[in-house]
Amino acid sequence: MLVTNLAILVLAGFVGFVVISKVPNTLHTPLMSGTNAIHGIVILGGLIVLGLSGDGTLNKVLLVIAITFGTINVVGGFLVTDRMLGMFKSKPEPKREAAE
Amino acid sequence: MITASFVQDPNFIRSAYILAFGLFIVGLMGLRHPRTAVRGNWIAAAGMAIAIGATLLIEGMGNWGLIALGIVIGTVVGVPAARNVRMTAMPQMVALFNGVGGGAIALIAWVEFRETAGFAHEPLYVAIASLFAAVVGSVSFWGSNIAFGKLQEILPGRPITLGRAQQVVNGALLLTCVALGVAIAAGGDDEILIIGLLVAAALLGNFVVLPIGGADMPVVISLLNAFTGLSAAAAGIALNNVAMIVAGMLVGASGSILTKLMADAMNRSIPNIVAGGFGGGGAVAGGGPADLEGKTVKSTSAADAAIQLSYASQVVIVPGYGMAVAQAQHAVRELAKELESRGIEVKYAIHPVAGRMPGHMNVLLAEADVPYDQLKEMDEINPEFPRTDVSLVIGANDVTNPAANSNPDSPIYGMPILNVNESGSVIVIKRSMNPGFAGIDNELYYDERTQMLFGDAKSAVGEIAEEVKGL
Repeated sequence: MLVTNLAILVLAGFVGFVVISKVPNTLHTPLMSGTNAIHGIVILGGLIVLGLSGDGTLNKVLLVIAITFGTINVVGGFLVTDRMLGMFKSKPEPKREAAE
Repeated sequence: MITASFVQDPNFIRSAYILAFGLFIVGLMGLRHPRTAVRGNWIAAAGMAIAIGATLLIEGMGNWGLIALGIVIGTVVGVPAARNVRMTAMPQMVALFNGVGGGAIALIAWVEFRETAGFAHEPLYVAIASLFAAVVGSVSFWGSNIAFGKLQEILPGRPITLGRAQQVVNGALLLTCVALGVAIAAGGDDEILIIGLLVAAALLGNFVVLPIGGADMPVVISLLNAFTGLSAAAAGIALNNVAMIVAGMLVGASGSILTKLMADAMNRSIPNIVAGGFGGGGAVAGGGPADLEGKTVKSTSAADAAIQLSYASQVVIVPGYGMAVAQAQHAVRELAKELESRGIEVKYAIHPVAGRMPGHMNVLLAEADVPYDQLKEMDEINPEFPRTDVSLVIGANDVTNPAANSNPDSPIYGMPILNVNESGSVIVIKRSMNPGFAGIDNELYYDERTQMLFGDAKSAVGEIAEEVKGL
């Protein structure tokens, strides 16, 4: 299991490198924001640990905070990215079309 | 008791995870092009929804009320924050969202320690992965908060350092983290060990980011973003969760590349940035070119600037953080429209690190409906400057400093810059003669072809536009 997971880890790393190394400068800020939203996947850790065990008050409090944090990361991350990108798409370019 | 159905089959859940990370990858591929980026972002978000939904289906899940509580609070806090943040405040918002992700990982690792009595009966790799996640998550949380504080100007943007002791203190804190981690992995089960580890990592996060100047902050946020990704992947290893492993590692890899691209654009190495210095430290003191003494700057008026601009055939606008702070992008667009209506070619020169993040200027100018094809990246615009009649520099400083090309003693020597000094004349709109974030004087301002227009970027650009209209 560990070895399989490590193999997945390494392959995911290569995929990340390949996918991202071709992004134009222009999109770096949205990209940073978008990848930031994706690591909100940590919320799964909070859900699994709280859902499957989560005994004791302190543990529960810590996990609720963790889920709150994870949710902020996910929801805020995707929304902010969308707002940034919304500005790029806001202008269809008739002028440019005509020129081409 | 709900009867287990196929949706609770671990293989179904794993399949959903595979679908989820497939969508993350497709989404990231979409983010590579302006046209597909919006869709890419939502594809990734759909992947996240699937991953979360599948997790909630895992057999034996409980504590539903508390799970709902966490998700509701997170949504209530996160949505308005993301909706209402001003475009100029985007970088620190990303820092904050990144920080809470790191904080979540550190908290989960702490709870895991408590629930397993110090990883007593867990395989060694679970302990190691969890402890790695705890340290890196904690560093990321505190480091991001400091980055937020600096960009939000709650904390001073200038480096706060312990001087020579800095490296020693950071090294000692890192060693403490490792030592406590080894103690836990070797069987230590006293909770003070994990608390000590989290505190040492928290201090490390603070001490690493505090000495870094405001100019380097985007690189730091990107680095911390990559860190949070790596710690998410480590937490995924510990929890045997494939979605966390893949998503975390994707971010770890892409964040590392992005960090390197940003550091390259500033001609700095990542270790060099993390070691502190630049942004106003010791290196700066010796960096001021001595031959500037006795030279004077020429100041100009909006009316004069308007005349120069309207007799140009090509104008290049060089935006910087000053434009962002003054929210001058709409005024800039108005001026550009006015010039274009007179048949003047207008282009925008975008330095990779103009503003506070790569792409920061593009985002702001896109907000003001500047056509995408007028935004030129550095390599594309630099050969154009000799053919340009007037360069209009709006609140950009270090990225135009010719010392980067000509003065080997300058701390920014070797940094790729926009060669505005090659254009026919240069008009610089700036609030005062204060140096930029790098804390160094800009030779450009003393060039005989340069004229300074002092004032707030928005009102100055607005005045020029009015004057151009009146001509």
